[in-house]
Amino acid sequence: MFWLFAALAVGGALMCITRRSPVASALWLVQTLFSLAAIFVLLDAQFIAALQVMVYAGAIMVLFLFVIMLLNLGRGSATDMRGWTGRLVALALGLLLVTELWVLVRSPLASPLQLPAGTLSRVAQEQGVVAVISDSLFRTYLVPFEVTSVLLLAAIVGAVVLAKRRL
Amino acid sequence: MPLDLTTPGGITLALTPELVLTVWVLVLMLVAAWRHRDAGVQREVGLLTVIGLVSTGLAVAWLWAQGATPVGLPAMMALDGFRFATSLVFLLGALLTVMLSLGYVDRERIQAPEYYVLILLGTLGMMFMAGAADLVVMFLGLELMSVAVYVLAGVNRRSVFAAEAALKYFLLGAFASGFFLYGIALVYGATGTTNLWLIHGRVLELGLGSNVMMIAGIGLLLIGFGFKVAAVPFHMWTPDVYDGSPTPVTAFMAAAVKAAGFAALVRVLHQAFDGLPIWHGAVWWLAVITMVVGNVIALAQRPLKRMLAYSSIAHAGYLLVAVASGSAIGSAAFLFYAVVYTLMTIGAFAVLAAAGTGGEQGVLIDDLNGLATRRPWIAAAMTVFMLSLLGFPGTAGFIGKWYILSAAVDADQRLLAVILVGASVVSAGFYLPPIMAMYMRPAPSAEAHQATRIVGAARWAVGVMAVALLLFGFWPNRALDAARRGGESLRPATLYTLGR
Repeated sequence: MFWLFAALAVGGALMCITRRSPVASALWLVQTLFSLAAIFVLLDAQFIAALQVMVYAGAIMVLFLFVIMLLNLGRGSATDMRGWTGRLVALALGLLLVTELWVLVRSPLASPLQLPAGTLSRVAQEQGVVAVISDSLFRTYLVPFEVTSVLLLAAIVGAVVLAKRRL
Repeated sequence: MPLDLTTPGGITLALTPELVLTVWVLVLMLVAAWRHRDAGVQREVGLLTVIGLVSTGLAVAWLWAQGATPVGLPAMMALDGFRFATSLVFLLGALLTVMLSLGYVDRERIQAPEYYVLILLGTLGMMFMAGAADLVVMFLGLELMSVAVYVLAGVNRRSVFAAEAALKYFLLGAFASGFFLYGIALVYGATGTTNLWLIHGRVLELGLGSNVMMIAGIGLLLIGFGFKVAAVPFHMWTPDVYDGSPTPVTAFMAAAVKAAGFAALVRVLHQAFDGLPIWHGAVWWLAVITMVVGNVIALAQRPLKRMLAYSSIAHAGYLLVAVASGSAIGSAAFLFYAVVYTLMTIGAFAVLAAAGTGGEQGVLIDDLNGLATRRPWIAAAMTVFMLSLLGFPGTAGFIGKWYILSAAVDADQRLLAVILVGASVVSAGFYLPPIMAMYMRPAPSAEAHQATRIVGAARWAVGVMAVALLLFGFWPNRALDAARRGGESLRPATLYTLGR
């Protein structure tokens, strides 16, 4: 199951960055996001999976498509990557990331930090899937949660200051 | 006053300064939105901003005077002298910026009362960043600060250069934030926590000194910080962004934003990664390259604004020397230098703002010729700022550099100390020409410098900055004592283990 969705996610991502038409790219991105949601389900994180579908694959992608269509980006425009230097740098960075992932996957996790197998599904059974998240979000991480709201406020104010035609 | 940060009451009290500032942000937004059409509203909002910053400073001082300490593990926010001292530095930087801006926005016809709201939001982000006891809060503070400053860089919407600066800063800043976040994720992967105290404990307990994930995480965090504090080789955005932004915003970026980046860096390295000697070497090299490259390129700059931009890169190198020592003296030296650096940098940009118009990009060093005969007080203030940036004896810049040097020697990094002195000698090559131009060359024409004037609140700000720099230069003991207390409070007191 995991390999199927992993292949779908990676395939979707590849198609997303190679398509010329922005609309097609956006639609391929939807496939990637859906496959990621499926992988979340496999990890016993059903709530995150539902959020992934609703927020990312749903709301954000609709906004994406709106913007693309409103700005009329339909024509295949020139690619951002020009010349061989750009491609080589991109290739080198990609290889670096792959090496890093490979090393990290092979480096052992300190044993006291590992949860015993099945902990997550057991906790989810006992407290419910949403309770586990809401407890840490609104208790342990309450301060970051509130700071995030201030951050969003700053972003809104900033967007209005920069973009509104007549202040 | 012991506070239990896990209870709602405790965390609310611990966050008093931040809450006061947030309330002021909301009030000012309401004022700006309510009376948008009035011509005087911008000035009114600016004056209210001054009151807001001062009241927040009083809240910080109150919390510090109460001797607020955490009971048990500091969750999310730290409660130590370092947090309060850095908060006061940021508030001072913001206050001076606002005082410069009051006249500047009128002259440049920047009509957006939200300008001041964004300065407050940026300051709030800095306070969260430097006071965070958790990497998540630190990241959110960093973003809050950055988002506000991206917009401030482009707030003059008629200027093409400001738009370029804002876009460049936004793209590279977002890139750097990505590195920072990836670093946090790897540190979390290696230690299973984002709390700085718990990281410190687990690094020692689990023996993560040569853990690949941990080292990669620290490396990525250093890259993220390197971008934010404009250390070479992550400084590429700095000259263009500083050049294109409105001058008070440039002063804010060069002083407060940089100080915030360094404060968070000091906290992470000295507090969480204390048991990992591996970062010392990386920061050592970063300091050397930054000092050498910053000073050498600054020599070639004729426009004053670009010269000050490279000078701020060079000063990032000096501050990195304090960080590299990894000791309490190093954190204390950073605190003292951060105050001095804020005063002299904002002062230099204030004089620059007075000397030109339209973004001040065209002001060359030669344009200051003969300023001393026409505007003796402005020339005298500029002389103090330049000599202090140079580290001339008798100014606060000298005491600050001497303190950093003693931290480096104390940590047995003599070579770094020698390079710092050498770099300072080179910096005379670009700090002295403005003084020579002002005092030794004649004014080009009779009408020259007629428009060069500092009015209103900015005059007070420049005067206070120049006097304070001289005062700290001759009588630094009180400030040094405060910095030492702040620096010593940064040590992780108890070791938190997995079993708690």
